[in-house]
Amino acid sequence: MTSRKVAKRGFNLDYIMWLFMRLSALALYAVGLTGLTAALVMGARTQTDISTLIRWVFFPNPMHVFSSDIVNLDGFINSFWQIMQITAVFFGVTHGMNGLRIVVEDFMGSTIWRTLWRGFIFFLWIFILLVAIYVVLAS
Amino acid sequence: MALNRKVGFLTGLGYKGGGPMWAWVLHRASGLAMVLFVGLHIFAGFLSQQFGSDLGITINQIYTNWIFQIVVFFLVIFHAVNGLRVVILDLIPALLEYQREMIWLEWLIIAPLYTLVLFVIIKNLLGL
Repeated sequence: MTSRKVAKRGFNLDYIMWLFMRLSALALYAVGLTGLTAALVMGARTQTDISTLIRWVFFPNPMHVFSSDIVNLDGFINSFWQIMQITAVFFGVTHGMNGLRIVVEDFMGSTIWRTLWRGFIFFLWIFILLVAIYVVLAS
Repeated sequence: MALNRKVGFLTGLGYKGGGPMWAWVLHRASGLAMVLFVGLHIFAGFLSQQFGSDLGITINQIYTNWIFQIVVFFLVIFHAVNGLRVVILDLIPALLEYQREMIWLEWLIIAPLYTLVLFVIIKNLLGL
């Protein structure tokens, strides 16, 4: 097993993804805190249990509040939350797939396997992203 | 040994990297676990939403199991708080001087959050 080659400094894939990992982490915090704050303002504090609230904070999907005691779901189920869900899906899935790429490439040299793994993870990324966005738009 | 990169698993475990090393190991392990959990959850959501599939419902029922929740909440909270530590250290490099203290601060933030989660899970489990 040979150690992987470290890319040259500069504006390349590894630099862009390094920056993306930090910024997407902050974006996911922003989405989560927006969900938490909005849910509390809209009355989740008195109308639902903490499990539902936590599900909503992780992902503001209608399925996550259907079984709750919230009287009026209008504020929870609308296009604003669809946009927030797609934001969470994009940053979350891309962050996760790039994390997978980083872990895998730590065990690869610059061989054909690295190219194959990159291709596989790229298609996995596109596939999960499309399925997740479809679920968001159809739910 | 320092320059020998062909290190076995057990030799690697003996490396005395302390708090930051274990944070790195846990960050990777929890990240990979979350890729698997979230990927399966999306897949299961798609199956049960589109086809009312039993497989999708079965997968999502595993997610409501208390043992699964105790594990996954730890992984998610650790990954989130440790990730924030990494972001803060990378964006404000002057703080690198205090990186070991930040590991302690990180666990001090995780402890009450995770205690709250354990409290809720056990309360639901006992039906209180």
